[in-house]
Amino acid sequence: MTTPILKCKLKLLMPDLQVIGQELAQLLKKQNADYIEAHLEEGQFSSISYRGKQLESISKTSSVGGNVRVLVKGGWGFVSFNDLNHLQDKVALAVKQASFVGKEVSQLAESEPIVETVKAKIKENPLLIPLSEKKQLLEEYNDSIWSTPGIQTSNLGYGDSHKKTVFLNSRGSFITQERTDVTMRAVAVAAKDGEVQQAGLSEGSRDDFSPMRKLHKAIKELSQRAVDMLTVPTVAGGQYTVVLDPILAGVFVHEAFGHLSESDFVYENDRMQEIMILGKVFGGPHLNIIDSASRPGLRGSFKYDDEGTPSTKTYLIREGKLAGRLHSLETAAKMKEQPTGNARAINYRHPPIVRMTNTYIEPGSSTFNDMIADIKEGVYARNWYGGQTSMEMFTFSSGETYMIRNGKLAEMVRPVMLSGNVFNTLMNIDAIGNDLDMNQGGGCGKGGQSPLPVSNGSPHIRIHQCLVGGK
Amino acid sequence: MEEILALAKKVAQEAEVYMVTSEETPVQFESNRLKGTQYKQSQTVALRIIKNGKTGYATSTSLENARQLVKDAVATAEFGTKAEFQFPSAQNYPEVAIFDSAVKKVTLERMTQLGQELIARVTEYSPEILCEASVAKAKYELKIINSRGGQANFQQSVFGIGIEGQLIRGTDMLFVGDHDNSCHPILKTDELVRTTLRQLELAKRMAKVSSKPMPVIFAPDGVISSLVLPLISAFNGKTVLEGASPIGDKLGETVFDKTLTISDDPTVPYRTGSRPCDDEAMPCQRTPLIQNGVVSNFLYDLQTAAKAKKKSSGNGHRQGGLPTPSPHAFVVSPGKTGFDEMVKGIDEGLIVEQLLGAGQGNTLGGDFSGNILLGFKIEKGEIVGRIKDTMISGNVYQLLKNITAIGNDSKWAGGFLLTPSICCSNVSVASR
Repeated sequence: MTTPILKCKLKLLMPDLQVIGQELAQLLKKQNADYIEAHLEEGQFSSISYRGKQLESISKTSSVGGNVRVLVKGGWGFVSFNDLNHLQDKVALAVKQASFVGKEVSQLAESEPIVETVKAKIKENPLLIPLSEKKQLLEEYNDSIWSTPGIQTSNLGYGDSHKKTVFLNSRGSFITQERTDVTMRAVAVAAKDGEVQQAGLSEGSRDDFSPMRKLHKAIKELSQRAVDMLTVPTVAGGQYTVVLDPILAGVFVHEAFGHLSESDFVYENDRMQEIMILGKVFGGPHLNIIDSASRPGLRGSFKYDDEGTPSTKTYLIREGKLAGRLHSLETAAKMKEQPTGNARAINYRHPPIVRMTNTYIEPGSSTFNDMIADIKEGVYARNWYGGQTSMEMFTFSSGETYMIRNGKLAEMVRPVMLSGNVFNTLMNIDAIGNDLDMNQGGGCGKGGQSPLPVSNGSPHIRIHQCLVGGK
Repeated sequence: MEEILALAKKVAQEAEVYMVTSEETPVQFESNRLKGTQYKQSQTVALRIIKNGKTGYATSTSLENARQLVKDAVATAEFGTKAEFQFPSAQNYPEVAIFDSAVKKVTLERMTQLGQELIARVTEYSPEILCEASVAKAKYELKIINSRGGQANFQQSVFGIGIEGQLIRGTDMLFVGDHDNSCHPILKTDELVRTTLRQLELAKRMAKVSSKPMPVIFAPDGVISSLVLPLISAFNGKTVLEGASPIGDKLGETVFDKTLTISDDPTVPYRTGSRPCDDEAMPCQRTPLIQNGVVSNFLYDLQTAAKAKKKSSGNGHRQGGLPTPSPHAFVVSPGKTGFDEMVKGIDEGLIVEQLLGAGQGNTLGGDFSGNILLGFKIEKGEIVGRIKDTMISGNVYQLLKNITAIGNDSKWAGGFLLTPSICCSNVSVASR
């Protein structure tokens, strides 16, 4: 009997974003600015973690906030807040900031006013699954790690989030979108005689809890791998022919090329524009790289980006040549190209910047066996720990590694860090597999905004003369 | 806050309310010119309860929704971990100076001027360089109250300034720059300009490297991007308790070179890592971690300390969730060797200023690996040029066992690490 009453009270306490949005929409109309947009966001989050044999923490979070972003004469002002009162002061402050900065002429691509409510297509809603059930699942995974002899400790983290966002701008757009994200990471740590080794996985899902239930086999395998890694050798550092599995190749394409195609690195940089001229050859004619938020159901998918631009499919490299790049409204206008719908922010505390969504290498025709057949001594690198780029240089590291000897998979070695230079490593891809797979476990960091949900993928690929760190 | 505590006490035996509010004002420059300014206001309220011996935890961005916060915390407490600690009662906190009201008074105009000056001085030296810069001021305020009468609060002012320049020749990209922060306003650009111009000068020539082990000087920013991450996890009391720290059973033993002394020090006045209390209202203190190569202490929060039968070292940190042990600021004691002297002593070796890829791989085991983003070659005691397409890798426990020299050139690398340059022998180098 008490529950419905409580619910009713809670509803009154939660601010209604639609109503606040309408109020803001009126405020945006009256300002002396070239462009204004506002974001409102409410979110519910829950997380559970295990460290060692015991539950480490379990928590629930709710958050409400927003921002106003203003463009005046080429200068940007941005105000973010948790307090939803006195909105007119916040708008006024952002206008004042932008006016302080702006001394040039604003350049921003045209966009259609869009009024739409986009509902998430949720398959199995994590918010409706009781905490007890989520905890039970993590416990199973943790028990599975601990049942492996030689394990010293474990680390598991589960998180889900549901966000509703309202976007509106001075061009008349009013877009409501929602998304649900689920993530799971697991790390098994093995130790013996002062040596410590770790193996992990990171899985993500969009609008669906069910993939989280299917990790038993993967977790069992990674636990054994952590133990096995204690006794395997370290590869000697140097250049090798390297075969990457779809997961690691996905991290590679994200780091090695994806970031370079983000136009905010290019649009005001003449030298970069000379380097990144459309049609420039980056790889062989078999190489096609795509970024597409419009491919549904992936972690980087959406209908409208955080500037209200519809998502697209963009060929970054087509048949080895630079074919396109990722844009926000501003970078598109300044480079006289079409917006691609890649302006994204991790939350209301940050302005949207040019980001990737779902980035992948299109499948080719090679099989794995074809690829390794003529390798005398090489490295097969699988899974991932992470990657980083400075545009020209990039690094990415494997979670599982084997030697290839005389055309056959040989002994396991410790995980490696691979490194390359975008201007020759892509050219060195000499085989592309037929087995495209997307990695949903990634989060990308840029400009202090991390982790942004993205996915990346690839078939198996082979790179010759790839730099491998080691002894 | 008091209302939330009162509500929580009705349904739980113990409770703690934590609130942090912040105001940040960054001014940003892109492509050598002013791009935008921001004002960011944020607030987080966290409620931790102990109900039937178990911990519950919930956070919100608003104080207004106290009932929901309490309800969420109670929901999680049902499954929560066993609370083995007690919230601290009223404590005496050290005096740590971390607030300067002058920070707030720095105007947008002055901040803009500073950024423009920084860019002008760097582009004057190198007209083709494209710079990003930021000048930011911020104020943070923390308050904690708990059901045992404990209460703590502080205000911190932060001023930060940084520049990153990108110089492109053909397809070669060079990144240079420096940054600094303090609880005082930083109104001079000399130091940042000096470092950046020195990097540009040294990078004018390219040098070749062959793949083999050689001595490497880690400059302060190189220390943070290569050597520090493994140490953070190794000195975490939780890693030690789990038996996953390679030095967990080596308390009192000489594990590192005897010239190496490191402490966690949140008491240095006006530094951004400094503070009088941690995120669970325990007093902060300077904790020696390595003294002349000997492992001396590990870092604890309340829960981990209780499990390990130790005392909290005042290192409870929240990174969005429950407190967990984490260092405030690592301070590496300086040695006697001047940087130039260090270079003179090397026949063939490298200087690493920035490493790309830190933290990937087996940090727990002490391994690190990365591509040298900014580094230089030493031949016969002289810096001969910039290196690229080169990776280094190693294990911090092996490298820090045999330190060739520790510099006298201590510098804050970000707000987290005060360190001199450190020279290690026999670092694995791979180059194309």
